[in-house]
Amino acid sequence: MSAHNHAEGHGHAHGGAAHGSFRGYLTGFVLSAILTAIPFWLVMTGAIDNKQATAIVIMAFAVVQIVVHMIFFLHMNTGSEGGWSMLALIFTLILVVIVLTGSLWVMYHLNANMMPGLHDMREMP
Amino acid sequence: MTSTAITAGTEPVFHLEEEHAHAEGGSTMLGFWLYLMSDCLIFAMLFAAYGVLGGNYAAGPAPKDLFDLDLVAVNTAMLLFSSITYGFAMLTMDKGRVAATQAWLAVTGLFGLAFLSIELYEFAHMIHEGATPQRSAFLSSFFTLVGTHGLHVTFGTIWLVTLMVQVARFGLIEANRRRLMCLSMFWHFLDVVWIGVFTFVYLMGMLR
Repeated sequence: MSAHNHAEGHGHAHGGAAHGSFRGYLTGFVLSAILTAIPFWLVMTGAIDNKQATAIVIMAFAVVQIVVHMIFFLHMNTGSEGGWSMLALIFTLILVVIVLTGSLWVMYHLNANMMPGLHDMREMP
Repeated sequence: MTSTAITAGTEPVFHLEEEHAHAEGGSTMLGFWLYLMSDCLIFAMLFAAYGVLGGNYAAGPAPKDLFDLDLVAVNTAMLLFSSITYGFAMLTMDKGRVAATQAWLAVTGLFGLAFLSIELYEFAHMIHEGATPQRSAFLSSFFTLVGTHGLHVTFGTIWLVTLMVQVARFGLIEANRRRLMCLSMFWHFLDVVWIGVFTFVYLMGMLR
């Protein structure tokens, strides 16, 4: 137990574990450049007619690019810091999803139901 | 009898005997990661605020009237370049090459400054056109979100210059390596947040 922890601390102190390679950084950079260029191109040229479809596609690209950054630039993996950083990340992501979807969902419905003028009052009971 | 044994004998032990010495700064990286996660929550709140308020123009200018996607694309490229050059700085740091590390850090800092200059130019341009933070809820939330990110980049750049001075004075000692690794995480994290900003604010704003 103590020998294992000591070895881990040793590795971190000398920075062996948490670093990428030249190849890793370059892969991340090329992937990010592609994943950035495509959404900009989609919006600038309006390649997809449907705006909602475009929005969904560029959000998918953003999610993929965030994962690319996490892996190649931030060197996230399930093993770093004994799994604690991944645990913290998952917990944070759950909170972020709750905050974002919760806010958008609730406030959208409040807007839709409260905004005067959007409803035809004659249809009210 | 027992009391005399304690006073006469060994001192009472209040820690686990097999506890080992922790290396200095051994838990810094995890601690800094936790800070970044809390920062991530700040940005999540600001994104949520923008998502809710982003459509309330108060008969003022809309994203289409204000945003210049070419400028945002250049800005995104600046931040992406600064990410890869910081990566190169970390690689040269691993090899212990002080001069090369300093050079890559300087290049990173210049890309950071270029990003900030373009962002400030954009803000100044918008304010000059009357699109101030006070104009509408959309603009308030826009300036809060993008401004907070810009503030982070500003502090990151100050931190970077500070570390360059530290490395120049003391070399790539253990403490400086640890600090550079923390800044590395901070810098790449800001790039991750920017992915959200250009997608959610700029690109989706132009689609509205």
